[in-house]
Amino acid sequence: MALEETHVRRAAHLARLAVSDDQAKGFVDDLSQILEMVDQLQRVDTQGVTPLAHPLDATQRLRADEVTETDQRDHFQRCAPAVENGLYLVPRVVE
Amino acid sequence: MEWETVIGLEVHVQLATKSKIFSGASTAFGAEPNSQACAVDLGLPGILPVVNEQAVAMAVQFGLAVHADIPEVSVFDRKNYFYPDLPKGYQTSQMYHPIVGPGSIDVTLEDHSTRKIRIHHAHLEEDAGKSLHEDIHGMTGIDLNRAGTPLLEIVSEPDMRSAKEAAAYLKAIHSIVTYLGISDGNMAEGSMRCDVNVSVRPKGQESFGTRAEVKNVNSFRFVERAIAFEVDRQIELIEDGGKVVQETRLYDPERDETRSMRTKEEANDYRYFPCPDLLPVVLDQAYVDHLREQLPELPADKRERFQNGLGLSAYDAHVLSASRAVADYFEEVMDVCGDAKQAANWVQGELSGALNRENLNIEQSPVNARQLGELVVRVIDGTINGKAAKQVFQALWNNQGASADEVIDAKGLKQVTDSGAIEAMIDQVIADSPAQVAQYCDAEPDKRGKMIGYFVGQVMKASRGTANPQQVNTLLKEKLDAKL
Repeated sequence: MALEETHVRRAAHLARLAVSDDQAKGFVDDLSQILEMVDQLQRVDTQGVTPLAHPLDATQRLRADEVTETDQRDHFQRCAPAVENGLYLVPRVVE
Repeated sequence: MEWETVIGLEVHVQLATKSKIFSGASTAFGAEPNSQACAVDLGLPGILPVVNEQAVAMAVQFGLAVHADIPEVSVFDRKNYFYPDLPKGYQTSQMYHPIVGPGSIDVTLEDHSTRKIRIHHAHLEEDAGKSLHEDIHGMTGIDLNRAGTPLLEIVSEPDMRSAKEAAAYLKAIHSIVTYLGISDGNMAEGSMRCDVNVSVRPKGQESFGTRAEVKNVNSFRFVERAIAFEVDRQIELIEDGGKVVQETRLYDPERDETRSMRTKEEANDYRYFPCPDLLPVVLDQAYVDHLREQLPELPADKRERFQNGLGLSAYDAHVLSASRAVADYFEEVMDVCGDAKQAANWVQGELSGALNRENLNIEQSPVNARQLGELVVRVIDGTINGKAAKQVFQALWNNQGASADEVIDAKGLKQVTDSGAIEAMIDQVIADSPAQVAQYCDAEPDKRGKMIGYFVGQVMKASRGTANPQQVNTLLKEKLDAKL
């Protein structure tokens, strides 16, 4: 599948990545090549093969329902650009 | 044209775990902002989520309660979108292999008929944080305490055909999760939230109409109102030659209307993929069987037992089994007094009237189940009559005594059944009311039955409500008829 620049723009927007015009053109080629490889994989007959949810052949360990974390708000908020009254402040979100 | 409404519900239930679904941070409600948001909840680099066993157990218990398939393997996926209260940039959810497969609930409608509503699936996911939009120096405040709180999203099939059915379904879900104790079900605090999918189609048409998704419907009443509004809007739109567009709408309870949410320039594209940080959850049969053994008696079974085992009316059985707190209270009253019907009458009548008047729920009742049960005992054994019983109840309600017996003694409410004493009171009333006696004697025989009420009232008043009303009636009739 060959990508168009609009596809790249859309993917970049969804991922909130700023991509220059030059970069976008480069990504069109690079990503198209990746998709070509995916196309190749798609041609493999996978009938009767169970889809793989995870490359590790293991199952999820579960933890007991216990509160083990302490309040480290001050510590975490030291790397936040703006905080007030314990809240993280972000540019206004208008609903 | 006649229209048919088609409704499906997505109910988010906050699971009552102590810690979050993927981290050991507390889920307690009402803490200082961000004091319960740890590195995992904040999505800081290098973190690794670990699934909370209790959240898994609660989800499975719900599945078992709605007779659902419990697949052996379930998988967590990432739902990607950007919003400030979602610090990781994705919500961990289950898109393709949910923990609970197809099931169904029997929903009881107002006319006591039941309808089976199918459940498509239920999946585990994490809640997001909260955005506080009140202007803080032109900025939005973010509290991430709620981020990572376990949610069970229960998705119904589009099986409901009216707003009433949808509300009944939501109540049934509420009742099941509170019986199981997997959620407090508090809709006002957001422990249970509901999105409604509504469409209309000409009656008899097979295919569904275009649906609108209504968000923010957070009370049983709002579900009915939002659907009613939405159905009217869609029918009017179509009848005027327009088309319903598939969109997300927001219910505004203050204006009682739904509004289109700002349509984003592009459709949602969540780019789901399996979460590489989490392995598939595998449940063995022994684990599921163990959870099945621990299931409490569920609302439908309780209702059935109340109606067919205890002989209560369909209405009483339904109301008394709808919430676990009410059912537990009723059953304790019944155990103390030994009479299911009397217990049901008192819980449904005097108690629920008083609770409604003061806007309390049954857990806040000033009269506990043991006190009420002991009061009913004294009605059954004839120590007090019905009128006095209401006085005793009121006294217990107002904390004017610790037990029914204490109030009965203190207020002298013991029923007078000694015919001598009652006759003396009757003679006095007759002697004091010559005019009424004359009227009684002159009246047509079929009118006398009604007129005797005056004399009963006077005797009861003279006894301060303690005379046995049946005895008063019989003796009065004898004495008055003797004067004819």
